[in-house]
Amino acid sequence: MRLEAKQLSFRYAKGEPPILEDVDLRVGAGERVALVGPSGCGKSTLARILSGYLEPSAGKVLWNGNILPKKGFCPVQLIGQHPELSVNPRHRMSKILCEAYTPDADMIAAMGIESAWLSRRPGELSGGELQRFCIARALAPQTKFLVCDEISTMLDVITQAQIWELLLRATERRGLGLLVITHNRALAGRVCERVVSLPEINCAL
Amino acid sequence: MFERKGTRARFALNTRTRVTVLIAVAAIYLLGVFVWGLFMSPDAYAVHYADKFTPPGGKYLFGADFMGRNMFFRCVKGLSVSLVIGVIASLVSSVIGLVFGVASATAGGRFDKFILLCVDCCMGLPHLVLLILISYMLGRGARGVLLGVALTHWPELTRLVRAEVLQLRTTHYVQAAYRMGKSRFRVAWDHMLPHVLPVYIVGLVLLFPHAVMHEASITFLGFGLPAETPAIGVILAESMRHIATGKWWLALFPGLMLIIAVILFDVIGENLKRLLNPDSGNE
Repeated sequence: MRLEAKQLSFRYAKGEPPILEDVDLRVGAGERVALVGPSGCGKSTLARILSGYLEPSAGKVLWNGNILPKKGFCPVQLIGQHPELSVNPRHRMSKILCEAYTPDADMIAAMGIESAWLSRRPGELSGGELQRFCIARALAPQTKFLVCDEISTMLDVITQAQIWELLLRATERRGLGLLVITHNRALAGRVCERVVSLPEINCAL
Repeated sequence: MFERKGTRARFALNTRTRVTVLIAVAAIYLLGVFVWGLFMSPDAYAVHYADKFTPPGGKYLFGADFMGRNMFFRCVKGLSVSLVIGVIASLVSSVIGLVFGVASATAGGRFDKFILLCVDCCMGLPHLVLLILISYMLGRGARGVLLGVALTHWPELTRLVRAEVLQLRTTHYVQAAYRMGKSRFRVAWDHMLPHVLPVYIVGLVLLFPHAVMHEASITFLGFGLPAETPAIGVILAESMRHIATGKWWLALFPGLMLIIAVILFDVIGENLKRLLNPDSGNE
């Protein structure tokens, strides 16, 4: 069970210089890796490619040695920086939570989600509350790997600590792999076993 | 004082209730006129030469015309005919708009460009000219008017629906739904439809007044319904011959009824928009 990026290259439009070139990355099962780098170096782009949102211009993403499935549930799930953009503003939270699977009551409680929130719409919840829903939604039984793209950047420190606490507990229990993208070196050191600097593996820079 | 306070408190309903009541009242009025006109016997507006040019009053609420026909019943019947044509034409138009809009946004590429070209062509020409052309080509009459109005009102809705679907396709939550194994149909049903449907319904309702007005205007100009049909456009065209001799009621009442119907459609459309939008719907 490993996620691999092989010779990944990506450019947003033809004729433009690539933002990623020949990126090689390998994260094993249950391993927690932090990806750091300055703004605009392609961290989020890499996250979106690794979780199947974008097609690489060259190279491939391998999950257990196979190409990442295009259809069906993707074992690599992405949690984004803006939870308010990741949920349908017209749905109620209970529907959003059950997008991929139906979480049990223990799971909902473990995520710090209050039952009163379930009948609300996204506009009536705060960023931290919404992010808990996004994490719970991504932790489906079929999920094997999580890519966390700056998931706690817009939260206050107490909420950040809570979110990471419950995320780490959940991933540890299931042995999920974790790729954490962050600007926060202290967080990277605290949460992850290994820190990878994107500029060092990205030949485009 | 107490009495007034009480009534005001009872009428201080939230937006949702107030808007629903408004829509219901407008819809009931329009539906009432429509059904009444549909089942009205032609005797109600039969010819009575003895009563010709009777001013508005007791027996003739809206007066009588040059053949002594009861203008009130003729107006109701005429509005009903206009409504039928408006409803059918805007339904056809809106379905064309919905299909073209969704197809154009999902297919993309050349098909998208072609649809946009058609939209630009249709919108670039003055509506009335195109309408007269189509209606004349099809030999006037109800069929000509219906097809003419139906075939000229789809571009606005096409553009609206297309823009909506294009924007939805790139949103993070739609892409996330695909990554969570949702099929195209599920995504369209769960995520796209709830967004497009309000736009579509409001677009459809706001098409009615356009369709009714255009139907009335080409009939007024003589390219639409035949002169014996009691349609608002025909009635208004006839009234123009007598307006100079001071028979004001022949033009005023049918005109007012047409304007009221159009405004009511607008009221329904605008209020539906507020009701279906989650931001303003729960105020």
